[in-house]
Formats: sequence, C-alpha cells, structure tokens
Amino acid sequence: MGDHDIPGLTAIEAEAPEPPSDSTAPRPRRMLLNMGPQHPSTHGVLRLQLELDGENIVSAQPDIGYLHTGIEKEFEVKNYQQDVTLTDRIDYLAPLSNNLCYCLAVEKLLGLEIPPMAQWQRVLLTELTRLNSHLVWLGTHAIDIGAMSVFLYCFREREDILRIFEMYSSQRMMTSYFRIGGLALEPPRGWQKRIKDFIDVFPSRVDEYEELLTNNRIWINRTRGVGILPLEDMLDLGVTGPMLRAAGLSWDTRKTEPYSSYEKFDFEIPTRSETDVYARYLVRIEEMRQSTRIITQALEGMPSGRWTADAPHVVLPDREKMKTQMEALIYHFKIVTEGFNVPAGEVYQVIESPRGEVGYYVVSDGTAKPYRVHVRGPSFGNLQAVPEMVQGTLIADVIAGIGSMDFVLGDADR
Amino acid sequence: MNFFLLSVIKAAVVAFVLLTTLAYLQWVERKVIAHIQVRLGPSRVGPHGLLQPLADVIKLITKEDLIPPYANKFVYLLAPFLAVTMSLISISVIPFGAEIQVFGQPTWMQLTDLNVGLLLILAVSSMGVYGVALAGWASNNKYSLLGGLRSSAQMISYELPLSLAVASPLLLSNTLSLRQLVQTQAGSILHWNILRLPAPQIVSFIVFMIAGFAETNRVPFDLPEAENELVAGFHTEYSSMKFAAFFMAEYSNMVTVACVTVILFLGGWYPLFAVAWGSNYVPALLFGLAGAVCLFFGLNPVRKRDRITMPVFGVIFLGIAAAFLLAPVQAIFIPLFWFLAKVGLILFTFIWVRGTLPRFRYDQLMHFAWKVLFPVALVNLLVTGLLVAWFS
Repeated sequence: MGDHDIPGLTAIEAEAPEPPSDSTAPRPRRMLLNMGPQHPSTHGVLRLQLELDGENIVSAQPDIGYLHTGIEKEFEVKNYQQDVTLTDRIDYLAPLSNNLCYCLAVEKLLGLEIPPMAQWQRVLLTELTRLNSHLVWLGTHAIDIGAMSVFLYCFREREDILRIFEMYSSQRMMTSYFRIGGLALEPPRGWQKRIKDFIDVFPSRVDEYEELLTNNRIWINRTRGVGILPLEDMLDLGVTGPMLRAAGLSWDTRKTEPYSSYEKFDFEIPTRSETDVYARYLVRIEEMRQSTRIITQALEGMPSGRWTADAPHVVLPDREKMKTQMEALIYHFKIVTEGFNVPAGEVYQVIESPRGEVGYYVVSDGTAKPYRVHVRGPSFGNLQAVPEMVQGTLIADVIAGIGSMDFVLGDADR
Repeated sequence: MNFFLLSVIKAAVVAFVLLTTLAYLQWVERKVIAHIQVRLGPSRVGPHGLLQPLADVIKLITKEDLIPPYANKFVYLLAPFLAVTMSLISISVIPFGAEIQVFGQPTWMQLTDLNVGLLLILAVSSMGVYGVALAGWASNNKYSLLGGLRSSAQMISYELPLSLAVASPLLLSNTLSLRQLVQTQAGSILHWNILRLPAPQIVSFIVFMIAGFAETNRVPFDLPEAENELVAGFHTEYSSMKFAAFFMAEYSNMVTVACVTVILFLGGWYPLFAVAWGSNYVPALLFGLAGAVCLFFGLNPVRKRDRITMPVFGVIFLGIAAAFLLAPVQAIFIPLFWFLAKVGLILFTFIWVRGTLPRFRYDQLMHFAWKVLFPVALVNLLVTGLLVAWFS
C-alpha cells in the first residue's frame, strides 16, 4: 500500500511495532490490522495493533488514551465533596464502587466515624453496582461471541438495577450517592420492597443465562482453553479481580482488608484454577450469586439510625435545622461556599470493585482541595495482560480474551 | 404462444412474490428475534411495523452510493450483483405446487423443470461464493479481505457434506428433477424421504440443515460477517443498494435452502397426512384459529391501537379460512399452503437458532465440517446405498 499517499498513514506505519529483526531468513508477509478505536467489540475506544499471519496473531499492542479526560488533575481544582462526582465518571459501569473508595479515603484522613446504617447501605448499593457491572460484562461478552439474546436479557435486569439507583438518587448511572460522611440523601421510602422484588427474581434470571451458555457446546469451545495467562505473570503485570480469582488465587479485598463492615457479612470468594476465559465466566457468574446473598443479608439486617456521620463541619445540616438554627446556617454557609479543610497527610484506600482492586491515593495539604489524587484503576492493570494473553491465538480469541478482562476504558485512561 | 405468455406471467408472479417475501422475511426475522429477546421490534412504520420493509428500501435507495478510493472498481461493482443474481436464479427450478389449470391450460406451479434441477441449484449456489470472495478482495479493506477469505473457505468446505447429504435422498427417489423428486414422495409423512422406508433420511436431513446454515452464512456460522470480529466482514465497504444486494442474496439463499430441504426431505407440497383424514381442512382450521385469536385480542386490547388493527387482521384471516373451503381454491392453494408452511417452519428455525446460539471459531468451524459432518454424511450415504440395494 506504500504507493498510495493516504494522509496519516505514514504516521500509523511509523508507529507500527517493528518485527523482530534477528532472523536472516526472508520474513513471511504479515498483515498489520488496526483493531479499534472504532470497532464493535473493543469495548469503547481501545486500539489494538495486531500483526497477523493469516488469522493467527503474531503480536498485539494495546494502545490506550483515547478516553483521557484529565480527571486526576481536575480533582485538584474542586473541593473534596465536589470531587465525588468525578469519581463516577472514572469507571462509568461501577460508579458507586468508585464513590465508596474515594469517600473511604477522605473519611480516613478526616477520622470520621460512619454510622452503621450508612455503612450497610453502602454495602448493599456497591453489591448492586457489582451486579450491574457484571451484567453489562456478561451481555457484551456474550454478544462478542455471538450469543445475541443474552445481551438483551442482561440489560433487562440491569434496567431494574438502574431504576433502583434512580429511586435512591434520581440518577441512573452517575449517582454520586455516597458522600464524604455518609450518604447524600435518606434512603427513599419503600426501598426495601423494590430491592426485595429484584432479589426475589434475580437468581432465576442468572439460571436463565447459565442455561443459554454454561453447558452450550459452542460457548465452551469458544472459551475453554482460550486466553490463558499463568498466575505468576498476572501478579507481575498487576492484574486483579475476577481474572486473578479464575487463576486460583483467592484474593478479594472484601475479605482480606474488609471495609465498610464487610466483615459482618457471610459470603464466599469463588475461585477456579483453569485461568481461561471459561473460568472467568464461571467466577463472575458465581460472584453474582454471592452478591445476591450479601444484598439479602443487608436487606434483612439493616440497622436503623442516621445516614450521615455526626460531623457538622463536614456534613450539610438538615434543611429544617438550617432554617431554624443559627449554628446550622453558619455550617451550611461555610460548607457550601468553601468546603471543609482536611488535615494534612496522605492515605491510600483499596476496595474491591467489580473489575478488581480500585485504589485511591489522596494527599492533603490541609486546605479544602486535595493536593493530589491518584487513582489505581483495575482496568489499567488488567489491560497490560493483553499482549501476553493473545499472542499466538486467532482473531476470534482476541475478542473472547479482551471480553473476559472486563475493562472500562474510562478507568484505564482517566 | 400460450406457452410463452404463461411463462412470462409465471415468471412475473414468482419474481414479485419472491422479492416481497425477501423484504418481509427480514421483517419477520426482526419481529421474531425481538420477541425472543423481550423487545418489540419494528413497530413505528405502519401497524406492527408492517411497512418497515418499504421504509428500509426507500432508505437504502436514497443513501449515498460510496465507492472506496482504492477499490478495484469493476470487481467491486460486479460482486454484489453476482451474489444477488446467483442466489435468485435457483428459485426458477423450485416447484411450489401441483399441476393446475390456468385459462384451460394445464400448467405446473414451477418456472421450469430441468432434469438436472438439483445440480443447477448446487452449481449456482457455488457460483455465489464468488460474489462474497470478490467483494472481500475488491474493497481493499483488511476486514473485508478476512471476511471474504473466511467465507470462501467455509462455503467450499461445507459444499462437500451438503452434496453428500443431498445424495442420500436421491438414492431413494432416483431422479434429479425437483418435480419428480417431490412426486416420488407422494402421500403422508411416512412417504417423505425423511421417514421413508427402507432408509429414513433423518441423519442426512440434519447434516443438510447444518450445512445449509453454513452455506447461507447464518448464526452459528456467520463468521464471514462476524460483526464483533470483522466489523461487517466482506460487505464493510458497501453502502446503499449494493449493500441491499448482499442482504437480498443472503435472504434469498435462506429461502432456497429452505425450499430444497422441503423438496428433498419433507415431501414438497404433499400434506402431512392423507386427504381421507381431512388434511384439506387444516388450512381453513389454522386460519380460522388465527382469526379467532386476533378477534379475541381485538375485543380485549393490550394496547390502544389493537382495537383497530386486531379485528382487521382477524377478519382477513377468517376470510382466508373461508376461501380455503371453496373447491376451486382448494385445488390450487392447498398444495401451495403445505409447501409454504413447511418452508416457513424451516425459515423460522433459521431465525430461532440465530436468537439462541453463539458463534463458532474459524478453526472449529473447519474442524466440524471435515471431521464431523463429512464422515457422518459419508457413512449415511453408504448405509442408505446398502439398504436401498438390499430391499429393491
């Protein structure tokens, strides 16, 4: 194609990975395929440079950054409470997990005690988020492999979850429902019934997906033995989450470093040892069932009490108090106009998001705005495994492999 | 002169009906898939989206006609028309029904009866591969190229089990003319090739169906256009009516495969059970039932517009049911009804499978064709041959 002068092509060619030059024999002719950033199944704007020999993959280079929005810098110009809304946009399929991690980090700096009711609500809603994210993963993964109906079945259940979020926070996706010091609003009237209705049908819906996929010959052929990566390599590359658990390591920060009273819940960490795409599928399906268990427990044992911490300099006062008490009005004015100062120091908080370990590193210089916030996105770590995982496989395996990683490009690029 | 006039009329009717069917098959597919997937499907253009095919055609015609700058223009333009022509030719040898009288002239519900009709269909459908392969090559797009290569490899591989599966019922019927093929299966389901003694062709029916899915590039064998891997495969660079041509070719191939299946295995236009047991009343009964259901939902409307549309459909269905009771109508339309009902059932299976199964991987597909389907078809052919030789 060198004789045609297409603008931009030379730049792309220059960027292309150089084939190994150690061999003196004539190289077989290979094709360079740019998969993405506009491609139906790279889950957003991932670009993969594939070097192909027929349909076999000689090498693969993931290229990220197409969704870079400068969120980490933006953290530094807003005050602490406003920054919560940014965390939603990082991993837009699991916004509440990010909310929770950031809030926990800042609360640790402030030394706030969160009332049990808020903690349990946080557990309940982050587990719903996990279901939400896993449903999107299962649907898109299935449609990548050609099972079209599963996608729409998953989105039916996701719609129920989004309606619950809407009921809580009047937002479907970017809820920002967790705030520093507790929850944004009191849980809405009748939330128990809505969640109970959902939890009652959901296990049978998971059975439905399993019926279509788990024992399906074609599904098993497409996923078993595909996308294998040894556990040691995963640990070296910083892979976390269900991928790690599908490789046999029972690592889940909900158990190993419990936060937000996860230690009070009874659930199991599903693990498999096959390390392939099928094992990741089974692990995530089982995680959905375990999340349902956690939600049921949270629903049954929900403690009563306030939904915000007893910290008037951080939490906005009630509207009623604000209108009747001078002190509350002063706090309201101060929090709204200049925020609250956070003691100088630094903190790193890790939680288990649906995709793996999400970590927030917050540095405070004692003012109302963070000095630096760094996010450890699980998608970034997981994506590093792409070249190792797909080398020597077929194009169809790349699709199955990157589908099984369940990344969100917003989380990787930030 | 009468013969020519009649042929022209028949050709016009078949072409019109076929093209309308292709357009509406796509509507049916969208509706069925939608209901499998708890959606509504097309519902905006006309009642129940019935005018959607028309809207689609208008959209496709008025779309900008793009030719990529580095495509091989001649081959690029040739490919879609090769694909669609080859897929439409096959219909000319398909017999839809028994002999009828038109203006006192006896004629068959078939355009032409070649004595090698089946071979013609096999040959023409093999030519159809060129359309796809050339489209993939001429577009000068890497995804298209991969799609084109996949599809040629796949269609050539599946041609073998397909031909072997076709050979077994031929041993039973002992003819290549499609009309005679049907005539040898005259009678109830027990006389159809699928269950006919001495060698029931159930295995070969299954092999033929699977190979047929692969020949028409349908799920689970839709690798050439696997949108999640190859964007749109061989027709990535095609727009407007050229895209529509590929689309039409795919649906036309589906119809052809369904028709051939019915002719080879399911007794063509012959009814499920004997006329003596009242098989002539089945269409009237079915349409009557459909009409009653429509009227019921017209009286108990689920949606507002059902109050108008459902009774209209109900009356139409009842009218058809009444027409099926008239003797002159029966003679022409009952064979046609049975033929179309069987074809419809098979087309429904095509759509149903698409809503259920994931997609094969390229190497697994080849593995399946050469290591599973091919030996099975071969053994079946041998067994059929032995049984036919033994009992005749």
